[in-house]
Amino acid sequence: MADKHLDCKELNCPIPIVRISKAIKEMSPGQTLSVEATDMAFKADLKAWVQKMGHEIVDLTNNGQVQQAIIRKCG
Amino acid sequence: MSEQDLENLTEVDPAMLNYIDKAVTTKVTEKFDVLQTQIEQALKNCCSDKSQTRNRATVVVFSSDMDKLIAAFIIATGAAAMGMDVSMYFTFWGLAALKKKTVLKGKSITEKLMGIMLPSGPAHVGTSKMNMLGMGAAFFKYVMKKKNVETLPDLIALAGEMNIRMVGCQMSMEVMGITKEELIDGLDYGGVTTYLADASDSKITLFI
Repeated sequence: MADKHLDCKELNCPIPIVRISKAIKEMSPGQTLSVEATDMAFKADLKAWVQKMGHEIVDLTNNGQVQQAIIRKCG
Repeated sequence: MSEQDLENLTEVDPAMLNYIDKAVTTKVTEKFDVLQTQIEQALKNCCSDKSQTRNRATVVVFSSDMDKLIAAFIIATGAAAMGMDVSMYFTFWGLAALKKKTVLKGKSITEKLMGIMLPSGPAHVGTSKMNMLGMGAAFFKYVMKKKNVETLPDLIALAGEMNIRMVGCQMSMEVMGITKEELIDGLDYGGVTTYLADASDSKITLFI
């Protein structure tokens, strides 16, 4: 299980990334964050964000409308 | 002692060897310390070089169209979420995004006229296309609310929470007769140099 969960369903760009960025800041390296989102750009944006910030996507699944991601904080 | 003599030397007093060893070590350490200090100093100078591009983004907000302002604030808050330092410069029509009220008292006739004609704040700006006397803006607000897209006032508040630096252009304020008391709190004020100083440090700079 992830250390922290974030519900970003029904939220649009850029709010999911803003919330993730805030949540990750409060976590320690190695901890994981699970996020649920419905934003169409979520997958692409999250990939770009982790690459830029140096974190890691552990898992990215698609349950119909809802996308679920597990991110590990690095560094 | 010549080189020939040194080569012929077969037996050396261990105390002598020890002495030489120590002397060499001391000398080398001494020289090395000086070199290390020089390297550290050079590295420090290099890192504090002000001309180096930092992880900064700057946005010039020139328009007062709802659609363009939303784009500007989405980019700015997104950049802040990516760990960038963000500065936004509000000039000319863009100042409408920062207005919290309109004060007419104590203004000249032209300033009063502009105060009446210009948008009274981010909740009252029109769209750049299909505005149709404000009907278009109302329509977009309705659609965006239905689709749960952040409104412009929400995005501006979010920018404040994310410590985005917002600067009001004082010359535009002078031209439009806008005073500081009409604008939201927590703003910085400046001119073109304030923008350029940040922009020259930025990886991204936009004019919207």
